[in-house]
Amino acid sequence: MSDPHRSNPAGSESSAADSAQPQNLTAATVRFAGDSGDGMQLAGMRFTDASALLGNDVATMPDYPAEIRAPAGSVAGVSGFQVNFAAQDIFTPGDEVDALIAMNPAALKANLQDVRAGGLILVNESDFTESNLVKAGYVDGYNPLDDEEINANYQVTRIPISRLTQEALASSGLSTKDALRCRNMYVLGLIFWLYNRPIDVTVAYLEDYFGKKKNLPEVAAANIMVLRAGYNFGDTARLFTHRYQVDRAVIPPGTYRRITGNEAVALGLIAAAQLSGKSLVYCSYPITPASEILHSLATRKQFGVKTIQAEDEIAAVCAAIGASFAGQIGCTGTSGPGLALKTEAVGLAVMTELPLVVVDVQRAGPSTGMPTKTEQGDLLQALYGRSGECPVVVLAARSPADCFDTALEAARLAVQYMVPVILLSDAYLANGAEPWLLPDPDSLEPILVQHPRANGDRFQPYSRDPRGVRPWALPGTPGLEHRIGGLEKQDITGDVSYEAANHQLMVERRQRKIDNIAEILPALEVCGEEPGDLLVVGWGSTFGAIRSACQQARARGQRITSVHLRHLNPFPRDLGPLLSRFERILVPELNAGQLRAVLRERFLVDARGLNKIQGQPFLIEEILDAVDLMLDDRWGDSLSRAPVARNRTAKRG
Amino acid sequence: MANEPTDSIVLKPKDFASDQEVRWCPGCGDYAILNQVRKLFAKLGKLREKSVFVSGIGCSSRFPYYMETYGFHGIHGRAPAIATGIKVANPELDVWIVTGDGDGLSIGGNHLVHLMRRNLNLNVLLFNNRIYGLTKGQYSPTSEAGKVTKSTPQGSIDMPLNPLSVALASEASFVARGADVHKKLGEILERAARHKGTSFVEIYQDCNIFNHGAFAYATQRDVREDNTLYLEHGKPLIFGKDRNKGLRMASCGKPEVVELGKEVSEQDLLVHDETEECFAYMLTRMYQPAMPEVMGVLYCVQDNCYEDLLIDQVARAQAAKGVGDLRSLLYAGDTYEVTPDSP
Repeated sequence: MSDPHRSNPAGSESSAADSAQPQNLTAATVRFAGDSGDGMQLAGMRFTDASALLGNDVATMPDYPAEIRAPAGSVAGVSGFQVNFAAQDIFTPGDEVDALIAMNPAALKANLQDVRAGGLILVNESDFTESNLVKAGYVDGYNPLDDEEINANYQVTRIPISRLTQEALASSGLSTKDALRCRNMYVLGLIFWLYNRPIDVTVAYLEDYFGKKKNLPEVAAANIMVLRAGYNFGDTARLFTHRYQVDRAVIPPGTYRRITGNEAVALGLIAAAQLSGKSLVYCSYPITPASEILHSLATRKQFGVKTIQAEDEIAAVCAAIGASFAGQIGCTGTSGPGLALKTEAVGLAVMTELPLVVVDVQRAGPSTGMPTKTEQGDLLQALYGRSGECPVVVLAARSPADCFDTALEAARLAVQYMVPVILLSDAYLANGAEPWLLPDPDSLEPILVQHPRANGDRFQPYSRDPRGVRPWALPGTPGLEHRIGGLEKQDITGDVSYEAANHQLMVERRQRKIDNIAEILPALEVCGEEPGDLLVVGWGSTFGAIRSACQQARARGQRITSVHLRHLNPFPRDLGPLLSRFERILVPELNAGQLRAVLRERFLVDARGLNKIQGQPFLIEEILDAVDLMLDDRWGDSLSRAPVARNRTAKRG
Repeated sequence: MANEPTDSIVLKPKDFASDQEVRWCPGCGDYAILNQVRKLFAKLGKLREKSVFVSGIGCSSRFPYYMETYGFHGIHGRAPAIATGIKVANPELDVWIVTGDGDGLSIGGNHLVHLMRRNLNLNVLLFNNRIYGLTKGQYSPTSEAGKVTKSTPQGSIDMPLNPLSVALASEASFVARGADVHKKLGEILERAARHKGTSFVEIYQDCNIFNHGAFAYATQRDVREDNTLYLEHGKPLIFGKDRNKGLRMASCGKPEVVELGKEVSEQDLLVHDETEECFAYMLTRMYQPAMPEVMGVLYCVQDNCYEDLLIDQVARAQAAKGVGDLRSLLYAGDTYEVTPDSP
């Protein structure tokens, strides 16, 4: 995919074309980068929507600072938005940046290393002032725009965007400050021109958003004026040697919408409530990167959703448990540190055998860690991080849109098996977006829930059906009055019991109920040859990079197979047999080898880990490198390897 | 009231007793409270199936097991959070939280504060015995400074906090105090049950094993009338075995104890107003032996309940946007069509 010798600066796989005609690309990755207040997220999202509407497959990754307002012009304050758009199926936001927009020196400094050799760098020359260079940490009069090596390695295009924006709005009567806030639209117009896409969708958006929703028609007009100015500048200034065209992808027909992982979780939980005829009670304490789930649900009360912003993480999970006890779907959402705080209450839900969904949007840890950065560090916490023998169901979503299906399944399993389910997402899925082929609402299977009625006998709250599931008796039902709690229960009656043999029995009963869920799991989706020379096992958000890497490896003749796990507890029944058919097993994870450790322990296989713990997702090429090491028997004895560091500019030689 | 009788079956106190053997220590004050609650439920015609007792951890938190209602014995300190979820999920339920001074004010202090400011329509019974009983005798957040216990052999160096002051500071809409063997406990609990909003009742409770007699001054027949003052709305603050003592506002803005007689008449005394927050707070700050400690309802006002406001928001969203269904959930926002004949 990445040929370092290509001549076209702004995308992959060019076909020959003269400069008057756009060059056709199969895919391109653009990153908008600027100061936190520069509107880069908005520009990136508008570009993504326009590309999706044109029929491209798209994948995005925002990258923003943890600080709300880091010092202006500093590297810490740089906010970026990367979008990969393609005429084919894509699974990641792109390894390398084909075109970087840098609104100030800090944005260039923070992002330069991700730009492909020969890639396009478009800088806002107006803001490369001496003081901004110093704020970015460029000292002693050094200006990267004058750096010979940078100019040799990349196609640097300087445009005084701030000045041109002000000039475009000279007659608008806007203050300088307000005028400059439209800079992002200038850049967006320019990039629309560069990639040969119309601006009408964005014009309509600006009219609707600023003009109608916010009732600021003058702001809408100014933004549209600047958007057009940027587009026209591209047309007239002839600063670029090429324009590019990314045709629409062949994707399944249907109705689509762009969706982030957090939004998809919210919709999946509501869908579960609708399909079960219950209301969703979502209790959460704000935490990055999970807060958007709460925000999203709070705007959807018309679906009967009740949201509670609790006083802390523990209250959030306990209120969700209370809601489930009272007969609704109790859910909570958090990130790793919050999951740690919820630990004891999850144990209570295990003991009381009540439905509960806990969404863990993982971030780089331990402790506060790097709150806005992604990681898969909570798998073992989700599997084992409780006191006593305390199994829960653990699921992981693999892409932003997949968060919908996984959240729906989490709630379905929780209510049908009376168990807590931990749904693992992560910052990369939460904030990343992709087109979502909307399901037909009528095709979604209803969630059948039965609540018992009194039949004259003493109610036995810990009696079980053949699957090992106890009845969900609702307070308010005459004749079923009963007491539950965290103390060990007598089998069947649910009375408090300290009896030795009963405790062992109940521990086994709780475990068996989880194990029984494996019976209903679908067969693993195995990709590639079987038996092949290598099995790559992944889980969660690494799906896209692993899938892409395996496709590319197979395209170059390597006999590799991949499987991606949605169900981490219980494992699917066919996982063990699959693993046993391979001599080489590679487990790429954004942690120090948590799934790898579980697979080794559970299945006695010699799994090795590619472990990236940098707060960033895998690059496709990092996985390809590891595949090569495994297949060439150059991996060695180590259980785990970190990805080989990339040096893009060096590749050029 | 969510829980008025709906049929003709009249339940007696014993009908609210579960089949579980009560396992508090013989002589524990909890028995008296349990009996008062069962009596009250019978008196108010409450329905077993509509009632839920929620507790945390501690001796008092065993309470739900002994009531033939729905019950949830939670984890330490978290009963208010569990109860919040229950009440929000089904506002029709009559929810009672039973907690203690350790459960409610130490490990669960945060939740109790936030429960009261949200003013859910439920009841909180805080059994205050000024000691940790279940863990066998450590000092609690209400133990007096200097208290010698297993964990404080040289005496506690923590200042105690005052449950009623905390309740008022937490914006509680109903604040009352009783005692396990106080003859008015039933009346106080009835007021709590009838109040719409979070009803907070501190109950002085004797732990006869680890802190016996902590509230003897307030409960023993021979001294209690002189050491406590029972509040009644609109009535002057009079107390004492002979009803000859009262409270008057002193010049410094603090109440003082005065003797009724020739120089002081009832007209000179403070009159209880349970709608006055500052007045209620002043009453919480009176301690033995200098002042009588108040019993009864200190504060009671009407305010919006959290679950009602939440239901109202749902209703308003549904009125404005229509009742949502799956199709309107999924097919919203910026959707676009990809047709089969796309290139």
